[in-house]
Amino acid sequence: MPMPERSRLAAATTLAALLFGGCAQPEPWPAAPQRGHAVSRADAQRWDRNVFPDGSGLPPGRGTAVEGAPLFRQKCARCHGPGGRGATAEELAGATQPLTSKTPDKTIGSYWPYATTIFDFTRRAMPMDAPASLSDDEVYALTAYLLFANGVIGEREVMDARSLPAVRMPNRDGFIGIDAKPPR
Amino acid sequence: MALPLDRFIAAGGGLLHRRVLLRRGLVLACALPASRAALAQTDTDSAALPDWMQTPGAPFSGYGQPSPHEAGTVRRIGANRLVDGNGVSWTPLEELEGLITPSGLHFERHHNGVPRIDPARHRLLIHGLVKQPLAFGVDDLLRYPMRSRMLFIECGGNSNAGWHAEPIQRPAGSFHGLVSCSEWTGVPVALLLREAGVDPAAAWVIAEGADAIAMNVSLPLAKLMDDALVALFQNGERVRPENGYPMRLIVPGWEGVLNVKWLRRLQLSDRPVMARNETAKYTELMPDGKARQFTFVMQPKSLITSPSHGQRLDRPDVYEIRGLAWSGRGRVQKVEVSADGGRSWAEAALEAPVLPCCLTRFRAAWRWDGRPALLQSRVSDETGAVQPARRALLAERGSNGYFHYNAIVTWAVDKDGAVTHAYA
Repeated sequence: MPMPERSRLAAATTLAALLFGGCAQPEPWPAAPQRGHAVSRADAQRWDRNVFPDGSGLPPGRGTAVEGAPLFRQKCARCHGPGGRGATAEELAGATQPLTSKTPDKTIGSYWPYATTIFDFTRRAMPMDAPASLSDDEVYALTAYLLFANGVIGEREVMDARSLPAVRMPNRDGFIGIDAKPPR
Repeated sequence: MALPLDRFIAAGGGLLHRRVLLRRGLVLACALPASRAALAQTDTDSAALPDWMQTPGAPFSGYGQPSPHEAGTVRRIGANRLVDGNGVSWTPLEELEGLITPSGLHFERHHNGVPRIDPARHRLLIHGLVKQPLAFGVDDLLRYPMRSRMLFIECGGNSNAGWHAEPIQRPAGSFHGLVSCSEWTGVPVALLLREAGVDPAAAWVIAEGADAIAMNVSLPLAKLMDDALVALFQNGERVRPENGYPMRLIVPGWEGVLNVKWLRRLQLSDRPVMARNETAKYTELMPDGKARQFTFVMQPKSLITSPSHGQRLDRPDVYEIRGLAWSGRGRVQKVEVSADGGRSWAEAALEAPVLPCCLTRFRAAWRWDGRPALLQSRVSDETGAVQPARRALLAERGSNGYFHYNAIVTWAVDKDGAVTHAYA
């Protein structure tokens, strides 16, 4: 027997309320056809390359600036210059002008608020001619080298999933959230 | 001239009231584009049938292209010397009309090139603080309910030459052309997030692209639930490769970099990831050494596209001023124009449609008397926000912010009708 129009609407509303619980807003579009394919949390983790300031997302592995220095010369200096002083790509180290000067140097040491960002970006994006080609140990070593080149850590300090998030960057408190305030 | 124009004077320097645009008998001149010399009319015997009327025309084509005579209307490219996929290309705003940017002229900002994505192998993963991680293929998403919206996208670095001490001398598009406008069609992100089941602890979403830097940025969950789309179509056809094929995140009114192209992953989290492109870049250093971060909303901005840099007024006449205005905060409420460097203003006419977070076309009539003039436009949006004067913006932000330059733009017209960029 065909359902009258009003009953069908009522049934749809009840269904929406059941599906969305307390936030049963009237949908301005039809319901989703639910075609998402379930992925296990373990499989989802294999996609995940995000590294957070608290270190979550960091893989096993380790490296020091001593190990990172030759890697930097070989894979990075062509664009970032010797010692990361800047060339066709941005300067990464060696700030001489403070952030309050007319010509500030925005290096990792003077500007970047989190050490974990170095690992996150280097692993996903560098080097530009062979992105995502570095091993996790190499990324730790290059991260250590860049922190050392900025005077943030010592040359032989080991960077790994425990020590890297513990590094406090000089400009950690230099940012003001405008349209959103991240949790402290 | 039949029309008594003196009655319509609305501001200094010869700006006319917008009512005049509706009057019969008004004849408007327009500034000559820089390319006009190459396109000069050749003398023809207008009575003779042109040869294209005496031979059959070209056959059908599977995908139409602009006229070969318009081959000069192209994006202008600025790329890194060693990494040719790292840089931008600007939309030639001063050569376009209306609101919609042709897809092939939409500005580009790539960090390491345009990925060659096989749509059959591309997936969008939603995971993190959700009840059930889900993956969606392109064919899955094509079956979802969709919405269309006409929206601008503007790079946070657009117009950054405005911070320079000297006014850059470049065509309007090569200075301000990191903004474009398209009709974007796609699946509301809220539908997909609800399907995965949002954990109440989630407050942020880290979006990631499938390009060669796997570009990642953090966005507040509330924005994605509110009006974000996973766009599959741009201007009616599938999104172009350089604009995110096969799918792109669209966050209306928000900074370009957040509209993640080649979208492959949305990770729900209780906090931002603090990626390179939301800390080292796309933040604005202030004179006190602090930096503005998470400046998502694109603030009101406008510019005159005609007359603009490199164009010419060939004689004193009544000119049409044409321009674009937009705001990431909502609809354009009002655009004013000045011919005397901001001392006096006349309201421009807004052309329908006037949509939220969309480019809006404005027009005004200006009687140029042949003396030097300083042309400006100033937009106010429906929230009351007003485009700032350059000196006000610099007083607040200094000149090392790099991103989010939205000050009033000045074009100087000299006594010969030549147009250059100026600060006023």
